[in-house]
Amino acid sequence: MIIAEQKPLKEIIRNLEGHKKILVAGCRSCVAICLAGGEKEVGIVAESLKLYSDMHGRIWEVDEITVERQCEKEWVKEIKKIVLGKDAILSMACGVGAQVMQETYPDIRVVPGLNTSNMGAPEEQGVWREKCAGCGDCVLHLTGGICPIARCSKSLLNGPCGGSQNGRCEVNPETTPCAWDQIYHSLKKLGKLELMEEIIPPKNWITSHSGGPRRIVKQEAILTSEEKAVKGGME
Amino acid sequence: MKAGSNLEKVLEAGHFAVTAEIGPPKSANPEVVRHHARMLKGYADAFNLTDNQTAIVRLSSLASAVICLQEGVEPVMQMTCRDKNRIALQSDLLGASALGIKNVLCLTGDHQTFGNEKGAKNVYDIDSIQELLIFRKMRDEKRICGGEELEEAPKVFLGAAENPFADPFEFRVIRLAKKVNAGADFIQTQAIYDMERFEKWMEGVRERGLDKRVHILAGVIPLKSVGAARYMKNKVSGMIVPDSIIDRMKRAKDPKAEGVKICIEQIEYLKTVKGVHGVHIMAIAWEEIVPEIVRQAGLYPRPTV
Repeated sequence: MIIAEQKPLKEIIRNLEGHKKILVAGCRSCVAICLAGGEKEVGIVAESLKLYSDMHGRIWEVDEITVERQCEKEWVKEIKKIVLGKDAILSMACGVGAQVMQETYPDIRVVPGLNTSNMGAPEEQGVWREKCAGCGDCVLHLTGGICPIARCSKSLLNGPCGGSQNGRCEVNPETTPCAWDQIYHSLKKLGKLELMEEIIPPKNWITSHSGGPRRIVKQEAILTSEEKAVKGGME
Repeated sequence: MKAGSNLEKVLEAGHFAVTAEIGPPKSANPEVVRHHARMLKGYADAFNLTDNQTAIVRLSSLASAVICLQEGVEPVMQMTCRDKNRIALQSDLLGASALGIKNVLCLTGDHQTFGNEKGAKNVYDIDSIQELLIFRKMRDEKRICGGEELEEAPKVFLGAAENPFADPFEFRVIRLAKKVNAGADFIQTQAIYDMERFEKWMEGVRERGLDKRVHILAGVIPLKSVGAARYMKNKVSGMIVPDSIIDRMKRAKDPKAEGVKICIEQIEYLKTVKGVHGVHIMAIAWEEIVPEIVRQAGLYPRPTV
């Protein structure tokens, strides 16, 4: 899932300057699970903004809403009635959600309430760790199910650098395990240590962001113009 | 001969090689490199010009290597993958070869968060093993990584670094094997203080016959003070400094002299380790001491080949 965290309230307030009618919009997906932009966090931020507004001569009218998924127009469109008349939406979704919100309501300024960090998973309650860099060419079958691109500080493909000690990464020894140490132990458990002897050649980064913004097309899923017309009529 | 460098000739002739490090300055002043090149000339077979070591912005290794050439001193140009993608690295290799640089050391590079540009966007397009692979292809197959043919191949003796003290220890010999298979002609190791662990690593190296396929130059760092020893033990990842060394430095009346003494003892010992073909002296910011160490270790004058 996408991991994000709330921007400092001071920054949010600064970014909302000059607006009057504000909608704080949350998302029930990833950012709700990582406790950054779900219903509860939206409530807290909205209350904080109201308080700030009251203390400064009622500069804002603040409303709140949380949608199922801000990254899909279908869900975002459903809040049209609440959105209309607002002059700013504080999006408490990830960067994707915030952009879809802006695309759906191009006349209303969308201000991000979160900083989107990475694709990761909960490690324990309250701790999330990056797992995937979305490079577009997965090598997990070679690396014992641990991604060296996302989890090695140097994205190395052929084993740990000289700074790996006691299973920790030299960049942040307290918080970061050495991905290649983990790969070594995983492959050992799997009886596949010979994979570490193979030289992995230079990676083709064209499938990653180096190839420009990416787009996946699934031809069979695309609606025909007729189907689109029917769908449009139903909305 | 792959490049015909002095270092290659010395190693191929079976001499116990000596390389030393020259740290480029944090400025545009060429005199620092020039001064060290002049002072150290004749005391090693080739000199490493570090590439923004510990991610600190310095005079480039390419420019520093050229300054060495101007002084009649043979350079080993270090090239890290941290700051440049494969286009820039290959271009620099062609440039280096065109300027007469015959030794190159392929390194992944220290992470930028250790240096003075912590906010930099790192590159790490390729790792050091892939760098070796690409450079060997350029030299031996006259082709760049992408496959296009070169009109003239770079002539370089390819080196890499290895750290016998990093973890997982069991993987360190395999990693060396990967570097050799990727194209390393010589290896310079991390500084060795823990001789026992180094010996154990060398055993693994000999078991795989890697010492027959690559020239191993064992790294040493002369200690200036007990503080330096402690710093390396506690702060430099991938380094093991035994307490016995720290105690010796602590007890010494003249720590600098003791540091030199330890270093010479280490070199004497390393000479006896089967499979070690030379030493690499890293006198970090203490280049002046190298001639004394080389002399006292009985490694002067250097062979003419």
